[in-house]
Amino acid sequence: MTMGVQIVRSTRTSRVALVVGLLATAGAATMPAWAESSWMREFVEIACYFVFALMWNLLAGYGGMVSIGQQAFFGLGGYGMLMLGNLAGVNPFVAIPIAALGGALIALPVSWVAFRLQGGYFAIGTWVIAEVFRLSFANMSSVGGGSGTSLIALRGIERAVRESLTFWIALAGVVLAIAGVYLFLRSKLGLALLAIRDSEVAAESQGVDVRRIKLWVYLAAAFGAAFAGALYFVGNLRISPDAAFSVNWTAFAIFMVVIGGIGRIEGPIVGALIFWALNKAFSDYGSWYLMGLGLIAIVVTIFFKQGLWGWLQQRWGWSLFPTTRWLVPTSAAHSTHEVPHAQHR
Amino acid sequence: MLDTLIQGLLLGGLYALFALGLSLMFGVMRLTNTAQGDFIVLAGFAVIAAVPWLAHSTIGAALAMLPVAFAAGYALQRWVLNGTLGRDPLPSLVVTFGLSIVIQNALLEVFSADPRSLDSGGFSTRSLQLGATLAVGALPLAIFALALAITASLQALFDRTALGRAFRAVSDDREIAELMGLDARKVYALATGIAFVVIALGGALQAMRTTVAPSDGPLLLLFAFEAVIIGGMGSFWGTFAGAMVLGLAQQIGFRLDPGWGIWVGHLVFLAVLVLRPQGLLPRTRG
Repeated sequence: MTMGVQIVRSTRTSRVALVVGLLATAGAATMPAWAESSWMREFVEIACYFVFALMWNLLAGYGGMVSIGQQAFFGLGGYGMLMLGNLAGVNPFVAIPIAALGGALIALPVSWVAFRLQGGYFAIGTWVIAEVFRLSFANMSSVGGGSGTSLIALRGIERAVRESLTFWIALAGVVLAIAGVYLFLRSKLGLALLAIRDSEVAAESQGVDVRRIKLWVYLAAAFGAAFAGALYFVGNLRISPDAAFSVNWTAFAIFMVVIGGIGRIEGPIVGALIFWALNKAFSDYGSWYLMGLGLIAIVVTIFFKQGLWGWLQQRWGWSLFPTTRWLVPTSAAHSTHEVPHAQHR
Repeated sequence: MLDTLIQGLLLGGLYALFALGLSLMFGVMRLTNTAQGDFIVLAGFAVIAAVPWLAHSTIGAALAMLPVAFAAGYALQRWVLNGTLGRDPLPSLVVTFGLSIVIQNALLEVFSADPRSLDSGGFSTRSLQLGATLAVGALPLAIFALALAITASLQALFDRTALGRAFRAVSDDREIAELMGLDARKVYALATGIAFVVIALGGALQAMRTTVAPSDGPLLLLFAFEAVIIGGMGSFWGTFAGAMVLGLAQQIGFRLDPGWGIWVGHLVFLAVLVLRPQGLLPRTRG
């Protein structure tokens, strides 16, 4: 008690959120016992979108690397899983994490090329790299070339078993992705990353190895994107280069993150829920629907830079996943009052 | 072989027209217009739609589109894109990317997904005989000449005129330029206006030479981008040279295997990025 201050890293809201989150996860895990299989399929699909968006948020919102090429790793995850299953005889469910690791490994040489570009040119450069992968797989006849192929390795696994397993992997993926990003941001490395986001030069002058941390963020984001891709095509059973490496994956991720609020973990969660609701209500309108998504992204970027969650956070100081460290006088530290939120985003 | 090389250079002429606008906007305000390709396609469709209204004259419709494009570019920059500029590249990227999606789907709704082309009154099928075995299309040759002329004009505008000085000043240091009495927002708007004139030309000529379809935009953006990076940032001649290299690489790739042409172009781009990241003719100012 010589210091007189204490570091507070959680709020009442965040503790409640943790309990509610754990209860919801436990409840969701029982879904295969009672839910219709269409619900579980829908959950798996939105889980893939969400994990992908969360990783894009880590990359762009925290790492400052705005990429329009993350579909490269989504597609690599999908094709990696499929090749392990179809060509090497690995159980596709086992192949998911291996393919995710493969995506991260390929991200290493990719980073040597991509990191030569910055800002807006990094964004389009990564898109070119994704196109190179798409065209390469489109010319690879062992995986069906341009028209793609089916995941025949899942033959012989009973449908109910397959659907339940896919669902549980998706649920585990969502929970682990949120927990992983959250714990990373709260760690020493995460603090360094936040410092880089606020000022790269200042962070470097304080001894932060900017290049190394950016590389780790890039590899982690590739891992998550490849996991989402592998999982998506286990649920989808069919893959083609145009579907796997479509820029729409990144476009939807940008939409979710920007709408929900970039640079905060709650952002992609809120964004994914909004995206899911819009998709359910309006996707029948086809090109009008997509035009609407584009317009919403433009309007939110210009007029509500913080996104929906950023606005809520500013209004009420909510923070479900606080990464801030608050210094509080010891006498006040145990009070039940909500800690005021920090000013930085 | 000689035929392939000439075809490659002529293709590069078209790519130069796609790329110059991107180069100009990035050079002046560090803005990456991810909707570049979609604006090219939009311009192509606009000219196609305008032809019946202008006594069925293709040239007339294309020329009428140029002031419209300038006004559209000026307004877009002045009232939308200027608000997204700053140290963080994200807002401008998201807004132009959103525009890209809006344009693609609006074109799809109005014109359907079919590729359309612009009737050039037989000009696109005419050719010039060069020697016994070699013939060059008249339209590609005209496009190449136009690209050369526009590159030279833009470079001269940048190097020798008061407007060019203003462009360089706001590019080097916006705050100081504003202290000297320049209104950076208007200078930016003029730059985008000029970029859009070149974009409109590129779109009309693309529609004349081959076809335009609503989903073509992203690929054209990537070609434009590759030309800029291969050439090196900061000079229009660099962009022109980059477009030549890209055109040649794609044409040689197509000759080897029609399925790999674009892929070879991408690989040459990545190779330049690794081996000579400053580009062929760099003259960048920070």
